[in-house]
Amino acid sequence: MLAKRIIPCLDVRAGQVVKGVQFRNHEVVGDIVPLATRYAAEGADELVFYDITASSDNRVVDKSWVSRVAEVINIPFAVAGGIQSVEQARDILAMGADKISVNSPALRRPELINELVDEFGQQCVVIGIDSFFNAESGEYEVYQFTGDETRTLKTQWQTADWVQEVIARGAGEIVLNCMNQDGVRQGYDVKQLAAVRAQCSVPLIASGGAGEISHFIDVFRDANVDGALAASVFHKGIIAMDELKQQLRRAGITIRA
Amino acid sequence: MSLVIVNTRVANLASVDFAFRRLGITPVISADPQVIRNAERVVLPGVGTAAAAMRSLRTLALVDTLQGLSQPVLGVCLGMQMLTEVSAESADGAIECLGVIPGRIERMANARNKPLPHMGWNQTQVSDHPLFAGLHDPWFYYVHSYAAPVSEFSIAQCEYTQAFSGAIARDNFMGVQFHPERSGTDGARVLKNFLELSC
Repeated sequence: MLAKRIIPCLDVRAGQVVKGVQFRNHEVVGDIVPLATRYAAEGADELVFYDITASSDNRVVDKSWVSRVAEVINIPFAVAGGIQSVEQARDILAMGADKISVNSPALRRPELINELVDEFGQQCVVIGIDSFFNAESGEYEVYQFTGDETRTLKTQWQTADWVQEVIARGAGEIVLNCMNQDGVRQGYDVKQLAAVRAQCSVPLIASGGAGEISHFIDVFRDANVDGALAASVFHKGIIAMDELKQQLRRAGITIRA
Repeated sequence: MSLVIVNTRVANLASVDFAFRRLGITPVISADPQVIRNAERVVLPGVGTAAAAMRSLRTLALVDTLQGLSQPVLGVCLGMQMLTEVSAESADGAIECLGVIPGRIERMANARNKPLPHMGWNQTQVSDHPLFAGLHDPWFYYVHSYAAPVSEFSIAQCEYTQAFSGAIARDNFMGVQFHPERSGTDGARVLKNFLELSC
């Protein structure tokens, strides 16, 4: 049985791991390589590194740490942040990243997805989507430049349409970040994720809202996502990896030993 | 121990390189037939598509060299698929591969609620092949949409939308569909076993 994946997310700014609340007020939580090593040793199934400033500053991620991470960890990891061209993606993959994750640049120029898939294969190309539930309109809206609150921008896309668009262009995996839940630890947006899951023919990763172990059980059982991404609960030691995996297993969810 | 990672120009070599370094081996990355022939171990990595990878091997004039190797050879992921006879992964018909292990690579079956690519950690039944010495129902990390069916050349078996070969072997040629370089301690054990094989 394919295991459900637990994916600690490390937001990176200026070479350090940071965490904000609803994408704001970032505080430093530690250095990249020691944190990555610790999560791998504790049983994380995969890691994601987001350079949260990159897209909004219109520059690519500072890459020197990518190969330092690749040297020491023996689980897969993805790098996200401002990857705007095939050449930038090639550099990051050549340094040992397993996947690249693209968000705002794909919204600006959707053909980028096709170019990356043609060059590196579908398995390398993850699309991150920041989705905001607009309570007034009752619709899920896609946002870009969410790394910088002064530039965060609503796009023309509704989430369900953008999901179909990126799959049609060859995306190998989708990380759906539900912005309303991000950093507040009230649980994943199971309703939205289940709706997207039903329409999504590639692996789907839940992001935003993990606060306690039951939230992981809910999102795997009720939204049937392939992986669950979380940051602060791991950085702050609110959830211990081994306890999380034990409880998921007890709830009947397939988890790697 | 001299180990060459074949530089197919289309694969991401860094993670395989780093994985062997963690075991105390410094791989040589090369597309030089002489260097490849003289190595004690040869690793054929692979990411991307079979068509692009085989085109690259032909351009580099490495097909005969690889087919003629007698030392232990390990193909990883697409590298494993390239050891078989034919791959269906092409826009215009089948792609002829190296043909050192019998078999044909096909796209995995579709199944409800099981998205492709098959991406993530899957528990794998391994045989008593020395590549899996010391491992019992290991977990390996897979990323692929095409696979080798189960056959007499399977040395490990896994299940997703269908049963498929987690690994195949014939004589000195071995291939693993999973990524041992990204499969934690179980994967590292496979690489260590590969270094310690006697054949």
